[in-house]
Amino acid sequence: MSHADPPNGSREIGAQDSKSRSILDDKGIRRALTRIAHEILERNEEPEVLYLVAIPNGGVPLARILASNLAEIAGLEVAVGVLDTTLYRDDLMTSGARPLLRRTEMPSAVDERVVVLVDDVVKTGRTIRAAMDALMDFGRPQAVQVVGLVDRGHRELPIKLDYVGKNVPTHVGEAVRLRGNGSDAEDLLEVVVLPVEENAA
Amino acid sequence: MIGRDLLGIEDLEREDIEKILETAMHMREVGERDVKKVPTLRGRTIVNLFFEASTRTRASFEIAGKRLSADVVNFSPASSSLKKAESILDTARTLDAMDPDAVVVRHAVSGVPRRIADVLGAPVINAGDGAHEHPTQALLDILTVQQEKGRIDGLTVTIVGDIAHSRVARSNIYGFRKMGAEVRVAAPPPMIPADVEALGVKAYTSLRESLDGVDVVMALRIQNERLVGSWFPSVREYSATFGLDRAKLRYARDGAIVMHPGPVNRGVELSHDLADHRPSVILDQVRNGVAIRMAVLYLFAGRHRGGGPFAQQGAQ
Repeated sequence: MSHADPPNGSREIGAQDSKSRSILDDKGIRRALTRIAHEILERNEEPEVLYLVAIPNGGVPLARILASNLAEIAGLEVAVGVLDTTLYRDDLMTSGARPLLRRTEMPSAVDERVVVLVDDVVKTGRTIRAAMDALMDFGRPQAVQVVGLVDRGHRELPIKLDYVGKNVPTHVGEAVRLRGNGSDAEDLLEVVVLPVEENAA
Repeated sequence: MIGRDLLGIEDLEREDIEKILETAMHMREVGERDVKKVPTLRGRTIVNLFFEASTRTRASFEIAGKRLSADVVNFSPASSSLKKAESILDTARTLDAMDPDAVVVRHAVSGVPRRIADVLGAPVINAGDGAHEHPTQALLDILTVQQEKGRIDGLTVTIVGDIAHSRVARSNIYGFRKMGAEVRVAAPPPMIPADVEALGVKAYTSLRESLDGVDVVMALRIQNERLVGSWFPSVREYSATFGLDRAKLRYARDGAIVMHPGPVNRGVELSHDLADHRPSVILDQVRNGVAIRMAVLYLFAGRHRGGGPFAQQGAQ
């Protein structure tokens, strides 16, 4: 998730979306992730060293779906980790209250693996920068690639995505959120754009 | 919603305690990594201002600060200045002029951290003041119980020892009560402060009765130096009646855990066997101490005058 989003609660189900507009529905998200799984296999000749690392909260359900796609397509058991970037943020000391931390679970070693970072929305690139720094504290990956379900543009750092679900031009002040966690048929995923004033609330 | 400093558990709301505990759970994960260091407080300075001798708490704060990449400076003024309130504030002002991002204070006199906080720009963390409070100890104790029992709400905790002189007891009484536990204290009558039941605890002069059905037994260190020339019976008599061993522990609920803030006087507050083995969780307390202090430094350090860490979080 982008630094410009609030530090938590980015997927509040209860948040009523009078003025929010949906830009990707559950079907669209799953279709994009299937395509991305194919692209990952195309790019990586040694798929057994792949390691999906989700950036919470939004990256977690996406990485889980990607892993099951990779299992279905290529019969791969891909390791999946979760890496919170909060302690590596560059705005902690300047941004008022300290954000809540989220969970980090890195079940496998990072050394010699091709790590694929998975995030829901990429904007400034600062979260990806923080994630790469965090990753290096866990070891020395062979390579790092990045999946962004939604690329909003507005990059502030020289970070480029390797796999993009959808490019969505937005205004800087808007918020883009992934809702739901896709854990069962009832809980659908959706990406919505919240207008400027609702984001500020 | 609390302020810039962490002076006591009394000042905290339950949500504040929960926020610190949750942050500490994530800090534990950092401590389990190969590289036990994150860049969060890089370029920040934390001063450990310890007027009273302490090895464990100081080391715990020092490790916590270093794991967050802060520069940690230990400052232990000569104890001869203990009674001169002026020179304490002078010392604090001098340190403040060096622009620390947090000052961790321990002092033998209750209330000194608050006095220091009044004159400092930097946030003050109380690392123990007299018989008043030792908030990070209570927080690490609550975290340890939460990990062992999965909850605090509805548990019963007995604190046994010199309640009257214990800042650990006071902070834990506030903390466990706010988190929904029932708290009992047990000690010989002179060690029970007259007004203790006003804190919402039940006082017992029989250890056995106080243990009936409890989930957690917390033994306090008997501090010989504080008891010189007083009514204190004898260490042997104390140990026989209030020292915890496996036989006395049978009165507690099955699966009850035993805690101690350390260092243990073996054979006095706890039998040798209990000091080293389950159900005592003393080393978990120490481990959680580093995580709690990392959480506290993360939430408080750098929060100078004009905003607390629990201020409203807005979207930026």
